[in-house]
Amino acid sequence: MVKARYYYEDFSEGLSLPLASRQVTAEEIVTFASEFDPQPMHLSEEAGRASILGGLSASGWHTASLFMRMMYDGWLHEAASEGSPGIDFMEWKKPVLAGDTLSGRSTVAASRLLRSRPGIGLVRFLHEVENQKGILVMRGENPIMIRRRPDLEAGA
Amino acid sequence: MRLIELSPPGKRVITGTMLFTAEDIIRFAKQFDPQPFHVDAEAARNYVFGSLCASGWHTCAGWMKMFMEYWTAEMKRLSQEGIRPPQLGPSAGFKTLQWMKPVYVGDNITYSVELIESRPVVSRPGTWINITSNDGVNQHGEVVMRYEGTVLEFG
Repeated sequence: MVKARYYYEDFSEGLSLPLASRQVTAEEIVTFASEFDPQPMHLSEEAGRASILGGLSASGWHTASLFMRMMYDGWLHEAASEGSPGIDFMEWKKPVLAGDTLSGRSTVAASRLLRSRPGIGLVRFLHEVENQKGILVMRGENPIMIRRRPDLEAGA
Repeated sequence: MRLIELSPPGKRVITGTMLFTAEDIIRFAKQFDPQPFHVDAEAARNYVFGSLCASGWHTCAGWMKMFMEYWTAEMKRLSQEGIRPPQLGPSAGFKTLQWMKPVYVGDNITYSVELIESRPVVSRPGTWINITSNDGVNQHGEVVMRYEGTVLEFG
């Protein structure tokens, strides 16, 4: 059994866990977009400025992927995660521009044990990501499968 | 022309197929989602998914990549025929994304898109919001990913 610091039981409703903050560079925006989302506003400052996004801006999928890493570095790497079945919703509320510094949090909205998978619970999180001006740029909600504390699992 | 004229509801468009190699899965996950089951084939055996599989965000990015390949070719084709292609803009997000099955090493995922609805944006005349149903299906015919996407369209 893989050891972790946080198990299902630790995620009580209302608990808020910080995401690791990180700066987003022009170079990584262009690298991600070149491979996965080569639209002009994700590839050059000039095209970004000409678009309604107002500058070189990250692909929404890049923002989502950066959020994932911020969550991993912030708290998920210490949790007994078994992955996720999906995302209820994700809103890209404002553009993420080159040079922005992102931060945010995951807040526990609800949790329940899975009947189909003994020893695992589903914890539902609200995730919020803000830029350096405190403006919300991304918001989403999703369930993550998290193992029960091993000693409790045995008695379940 | 409008997207709804090019691709009316009921018409599902296959955009392309992407192979998920171990190398690509690990490269993406090391950068964005380094959970053991996405970066380490040995460690993955101790988790629910059972073996090395792609980050769900990688599966999603694959949908976007295949859509852009399709869309770039489609815009070129329409322009060559003297037709103004639909002017698609950014997306404000998505809903009900389901990762139904893990995407394992060697899987070939065939992506598709279908327009569900196109509605005018009241606050921005001459702009529409298109709701699409986006899928990824593996080589066994199993849907591995599905979500409801949105994309702006300018007149």
